[in-house]
Amino acid sequence: MPLGAAEGGVVTTRLHIDWTRCDGHGSCAELLPELLGLDDFGFPVVRFAERDPAIPRRDEEAARHAVRSCPVMALRLYEPG
Amino acid sequence: MSTATPTTRTRLLLDGTGPDREAHLARYGPLPRSGCVDLLTTVQDSGLTGRGGGGFSTATKIRAVAASPRRPVVVGNGLEGEPLSAKDAVLLARNPHLVLDGLELLARALRARSAILALPEAADTTAIGVAAGDRGVEVVPLPGGFVAGQETALVNQLDGGPAMPRDPFTRVTDAGVGGRPTLVLNVETLAQLALVVRYGASWFTSIGVDDDPGSSLFTISGSVRHPGVVEAERGSVLRAVLAAAEPRKIGAVLVGGYHGAWVPASGLGVRLTDRELATYDASVGAGVLHVLDDSACPLAHAAEIVDYLASESAGQCGPCLNGLPRMADDLRRLAAGARDPALPGAIRRLSRLVTGRGACAHPDGSARFVASTLDVFRGHVAAHLEGWCPSAQRRAAS
Ligand code: SF4
Ligand code: SF4
Repeated sequence: MPLGAAEGGVVTTRLHIDWTRCDGHGSCAELLPELLGLDDFGFPVVRFAERDPAIPRRDEEAARHAVRSCPVMALRLYEPG
Repeated sequence: MSTATPTTRTRLLLDGTGPDREAHLARYGPLPRSGCVDLLTTVQDSGLTGRGGGGFSTATKIRAVAASPRRPVVVGNGLEGEPLSAKDAVLLARNPHLVLDGLELLARALRARSAILALPEAADTTAIGVAAGDRGVEVVPLPGGFVAGQETALVNQLDGGPAMPRDPFTRVTDAGVGGRPTLVLNVETLAQLALVVRYGASWFTSIGVDDDPGSSLFTISGSVRHPGVVEAERGSVLRAVLAAAEPRKIGAVLVGGYHGAWVPASGLGVRLTDRELATYDASVGAGVLHVLDDSACPLAHAAEIVDYLASESAGQCGPCLNGLPRMADDLRRLAAGARDPALPGAIRRLSRLVTGRGACAHPDGSARFVASTLDVFRGHVAAHLEGWCPSAQRRAAS
């Protein structure tokens, strides 16, 4: 399944970054290396140009872990409705 | 309807009667009593879009608030943080009751808990204060600043917080001022809405273009003999709108303000509607038209603007706080004649890097302006890298 794909009526989980909270040097990028990189300043960059990227099924557990691990609670998962 | 429907193409500004309510009612007739469904249908049919910059469908915004069981707060946004824009201030001075009409109509139709008009504290609010007096609208002066008028920053301030945007995850239409669903509309949008409700959707759509009806206020500044605010129908030709201000020798026009994009002198035949402006990655936005003279170095001018934009970052989001100053530095070096061929690429990379990575539209708008500068003034960029400036040569020749 390609990254970010959501087909056949499957509900996609998306990752939202609250940029007012995120203070960089992210454990999130380590936990979700296929989804997030780090920019020159240590802040997470979504690897494909999407503001709130869709989480591939196989990364959902890692994403939940990243959300729990963010020291400033800047991350959240949601299902667009 | 007791008064004749205005047929002229100038609908807002010239017809204003100032703070005198009686004169206003004589001119425009009484405020219709319309329920929420009627108002929504009319606004929907009119195709009215936000005149504050975003250009979002006004009906969609109203509907988002109307759907909530909680009584909403209705806010008129007159903060006008864009330094090149003056149309909201002019509108409020000349036709305050039309703006108040819009607020009152929405407050009634939505059974709003309160109606607020937010204005820059530096502005003279005497006239509007008098006008708002017995109309149930609370005038709230707030500190200005470039991002202060962004919807979530405005809500933050009305809640007693600083002039900083909030994370947009929670929409203000769901939970804004005091946690209530909040409808924020630009003051010109409110005035347009007051006319739409009075005279009908088909009156509104009788000018403008099919997919972008009605009129807009435009603030013309820069290298012109008569800077000021004019009203023109959507889809007017840029050159024709500028003519009233008597531009000097046009090098390019910045459309949409500091978050906007350049239209080169070769493109003055473009129509002022988002569909046509998309060619230049520009949009009508809040109607800013800033003329850059042919003899002014566009890179130097743009570098000043990006410096300003970097300094106006509210400094709470990493990519914006770090990326904008670096983008400004690189552009300044390019403008100043540093002959480093890596600069344009570095600037472009930064502009892509900050895009979509802030709580508000500031990094995206700044990046758009920078990318447009590099695209439209390609020739200048190349010349600077070779150690000369076409504008300096033009200045020397004249
Ligand atoms: S873990 Fe949290 S604070 Fe750290 S970079 Fe990721 S989102 Fe930002
Ligand atoms: S994106 Fe920039 S201007 Fe907007 S809230 Fe974040 S730091 Fe402030």
